[in-house]
This record gives sequence, structure tokens and C-alpha cells, in this order.
Amino acid sequence: MAADPGATAKAAESRADALAAQPATAPGRSLRLTAVLTVVVIAAALPLFVSGFRLFQFTQVLIYAIALLGLNLLTGYNGQFSLGHGAFYGIGAYTSAIMVDRWDIGYGWTIPAAGIVCLIVGFLFGRPALRLEGLYLALATFSLALAVPQILKYFEHWTGGSQGIVLSKPKAPLHLPLTEDQWLYFLTLALAILLFVLAANLLGGRTGRAIVAIRDNHIAAEAMGVNNALYKSVTFGVSAAYTGIAGALSAIVVAFVAPDSFDVFLSITLLTGIVIGGFGTISGPIYGALFIQFVPNWAQDISKAAPWAIFGLFLIGFMYVMPRGIAGFLHLVWIRLTRRAVPRGEAR
Amino acid sequence: MDILIQQVVSGLATGGIYASLALALVMIYQATDVVNFAQGNMAMFSTYIAWSLLQAGLPYWVTFAITVIIAFVGGLVIERVVIRPVEGAPILTIVIVTLGLLVIFTSVAGWIYSYIQKPFPSPFPDKPIRIGQIVFGAHDLGAIGVTLVMLVVLFLFFRYTTLGLAMRAAAQNPVSSRLCGIRVSWMLGLGWGLAAAFGAVAGMMVAPVVFLDPNMMGGIQLYAFAAATVGGFTSPLGAVVGGLLVGVTENLVGTYVSFIGTELKLTVALAMIIIVLLVRPAGLFGRTTIRRV
Repeated sequence: MAADPGATAKAAESRADALAAQPATAPGRSLRLTAVLTVVVIAAALPLFVSGFRLFQFTQVLIYAIALLGLNLLTGYNGQFSLGHGAFYGIGAYTSAIMVDRWDIGYGWTIPAAGIVCLIVGFLFGRPALRLEGLYLALATFSLALAVPQILKYFEHWTGGSQGIVLSKPKAPLHLPLTEDQWLYFLTLALAILLFVLAANLLGGRTGRAIVAIRDNHIAAEAMGVNNALYKSVTFGVSAAYTGIAGALSAIVVAFVAPDSFDVFLSITLLTGIVIGGFGTISGPIYGALFIQFVPNWAQDISKAAPWAIFGLFLIGFMYVMPRGIAGFLHLVWIRLTRRAVPRGEAR
Repeated sequence: MDILIQQVVSGLATGGIYASLALALVMIYQATDVVNFAQGNMAMFSTYIAWSLLQAGLPYWVTFAITVIIAFVGGLVIERVVIRPVEGAPILTIVIVTLGLLVIFTSVAGWIYSYIQKPFPSPFPDKPIRIGQIVFGAHDLGAIGVTLVMLVVLFLFFRYTTLGLAMRAAAQNPVSSRLCGIRVSWMLGLGWGLAAAFGAVAGMMVAPVVFLDPNMMGGIQLYAFAAATVGGFTSPLGAVVGGLLVGVTENLVGTYVSFIGTELKLTVALAMIIIVLLVRPAGLFGRTTIRRV
């Protein structure tokens, strides 16, 4: 429970966790499956109702959701801070853009390639970061986020300097009757579903329990035979890979990369996403992605500076009242509703 | 040789600026055991307040004093209102709250004062001081002097006053301090106030060099982090030495290592942070904290 402000909240939550940890009864499980399928069906049907720029925005939501899932793996589940995930997003985006633009490689191949590059970079960064705890890790990753735009500008030969790289949007393959935006939406949706299922499986099993155990009490985890060093650096790598894949997708979808879009504010945006969505939850990244995509747009109408003021207020406000974000809140509401039958005194 | 000395001198000058913000970071770490990621931007905001006062026609040193007082009260109020509800929460929670403050201060400053750069006056004469071939900027010397004064004040405060001792105690062991009758919660507030006041001084020393704009502290905050890390987050002297070291290293590397030049300066700071954290996490002058498990 990386982010609980008070002991009372903690107690309530550990109860909620205990409940969630019970083997899901048949009706509960089928209900959850129904909910997930409904969301997938709605998402798949979306292009029928929206098009053009709106659809592009929803594609962006899916991309953010993948990036946030990666960050949540690391910060929410494994308890390692990263204030610098924008850096991995940027590395993924540039990997894809450079491969397409400079080496003429098909954009489809660049997505897994970006994932692998970020896996390696993340693993290598996570290795020394093992020795850094809490605050110091936050510092190191924050510095990474501050330094990355400059590094990207430096390798001008590949990255095009501060001008960035302009790409062209890919057309739908196999003569599918889809517009470019629609094709990219479906591609992103398919990848998002795949990555969410993989993450759910990873976290649901033995590995996931080890990852969470390290967050909750790393000494106890070590004593139980969990190889802390290995798990932490691999989690760092996998988390970076998710975020890198999201970055690659964004490069393809936006068809443009520039160093200044991967600055420290992107990292703060991503962190805001998991704070709002919910630490240590699978569904949280989706809520978080919707928030970071749409709220700034609405706020922009008030003033150019307003989106960040609103982000800041939400960051602080959520830490006070909903430390486990929207997902945690919905979970609690759900428990309240389904446990009506239990006598009041016991339910509390 | 003259070039070398000149580079070292200008490195010391920028280092003095990094040191002043690093002092504020160390101050808050000493007093509350957290790093305030909004420190630089709070300093930026204080500097805007100073700018407004100057525009209103107040003389420089009056403005200086008023700004420092406003910053102190502001820091205290922020701690009481914003940080207090999450006191004792996990570090991640507090870090997120300070990041929230960071973006709020940046955007509010942009909202009120716009993103256009503004010149900010220096209290020191324009004329450079020459000794032989070496040129010292008067503002640079003044900024280093101010930083050293802040260091001495901070040192005397923490070392010789009961209040300073109480603040250190409150940060290191809140429970025992409370049992000794120290009002721990107010000590934290006081720590934030003092750090904000130091930050305001740093901001007013930085602004004449880089111009005033809402993002002016971005790079400088990274250097201040590097300075505090190199010197050790638990040592004010370390922060100043660290700041000067970072300034000089940055300048020398920029001049003599051709592939780095000026374009990778931030990366030099990043590398310094990571290397120090790996080799000697407590920094050059810091205490190693031993934790019972």
C-alpha cells in the first residue's frame, strides 16, 4: 500500500484486499468477465460512432493506458518510484521514429523493437537503482526526466535535433476498408488488450505475488526466497518496455516526434495518471488515461496555464481523499454494495 | 592557464547559485526528512513577488527583506495547509504532493505573470572586477558572498540555538522528540518556512543571470539536486561545497571535453547524481544513516 496516508485507511484497505484475495466465487468471476467484455465491445465499436480527431484522441487514451500500466507495474505494484517514465516513453518513440525514417523499416516491426530497447535500457537503469531507496530513486529518475530532452537534441544526426522527425501515417494493410485513424485505433486497441492480459496474468501468478511482496516488505520477501535484486530490475525493465511500446505507438499515431514533448512534465503527467487512476490496480491506468487525455483539453478553455494547475490540485486532492485513485474508490463502493446483507456492525 | 583559471572562476560563480538553492533543499531535508521537489519553483514564485514589489517602486533591499518574510510565511502556511494532512504518510505520498505544488506554482506564475521573460535587477554593480587577466563579475562575487552568509547563518542556527536543535531532533526522531516536549508538527512548518526564505534569496540571486520566467528553475533545480547529492543531503556545508564542485565540473567539462560541450550539460549533472548515489549515497559530507529493521 504504497500511498496510504493514514492507519485507518490502511486497515480498511487491507480488509478490502483480503476480500479481493479470496478465491473469486463463480458469480463474482463471471460478473467481472462480463464487465471486461462489455468494455472491450464498447471500445471495439467506438469507431462506428466517433471519427477523425475524436478517434485520434481515443487512440491516445489507449496509448496512455499502456504507458500507465507500465508505470503502475513499477510504482504501484513493486513500490519503486519513477518520476522519469517520460524518458522511456521518449526512447520508445524515438526508436520507432528513427527505424522508420532513417532505416526504412516497416512500422510494425518498430513496436516490438522499441519494447526490447526499453526493456534493456530499463533493466540497465534498474540495476544500479536497486541500491537507491525511496527518495533517492525519485531523485535519480527525476534527473533522468530533466536530462533526456537535451540528450535527444544532442544526437542530431539520428534524432533530427530540436526539429524532431516527421513521419507519415501508415495506411491500413490488406486493403481493409479503414481510414488511417481507424486502422491505428484498432491496432492500438489490439495491442492494449494483449498487454493488459499479459500484465494481469503476470500479476495474478507467482511472479506477481513476489513483486507485491517486495513492495510490502522486502526483507520478509527476501526471507521467503524471493530474489529481490532480480525481481526489482526485471520489473523495472518490463515497466520500461510497456512505456516504450506506448511511446512507439504514439510516434506512429502522431506521426511526429520532438525532444521537447518528452520533458519532465510528461513524466509528471504519467505519474498523475496512476495517482488518479489508482495505484496497484489493473483498471486504474484506463481511468488515469482518460483523465490525462481529456481533462487538460477542457481546462485549456479556461486558460493556457490552467491544465497544470488542475493537474496539481488533483494530484494533491487525490492523495488526501482517494489514495488508491478511482479504481480503489470504485472497488470500495462495490464492496459496500455487495455486502449489504452482512449485519452493519460486522460490515464496518 | 589563464583560460583554465577563468573557467574555474566562472564555474565557481554559477556554482554559488546552485549552492544557494541546494542550501534550501538541505534545509528542508534536515528539518523534515523529505526532499521538496517544488523548492525551485517556490523560489521562482517568490522572485516574481519581488519583481512586483520592485515594479511598485520599492528600493531593492526593502524588497529583498519583504520578499524573504513573505516567502517564510508562505512556506509555513503551505506546510500547515498542504503538507500537514499527509504528515507521516509514506514518502511517495509526500513526493507526489510536492510535485503537485511544483506544477501549481509553475502554472499560477504563468497565469499571473505570463511566460514572457522579464529582466530582474542585481543589487551589485555592473562593472566587472579585474585581477590580472582574470575577470570576476560583481554579481557573481556578490551571489557567492550571499550564499556564504546563508551558510553561516544556517550553521549557527542548527548548531547553537535550542530551536535549531529541536528542529533537527524533530526530523530525526519525531516520536522521541514529541516525548521531550518538542512540538514536532510546528518544527516541520518552521522548516518549510525557513527553506522557502532561503529559496527566495536563491531565486533573487539566480534571476539576474537567467532572466525571470516560470521555467527558469528547471535546469538549476537539477544542478541543485546534484549539488545536494554530491555534498550530502544532511550537510549544509556539503551543499555549498557540492554546489561549487558541480559548477566548476560543469564548466571544465563543457570547455575541455569536446563531445560534451554546452549541449550535454544537464547530462553531466545527471551522471554526477547517479555516480555519487552509487558510490557514496550519503555524499561527501553527509552522515550515513543506519536503520534498524
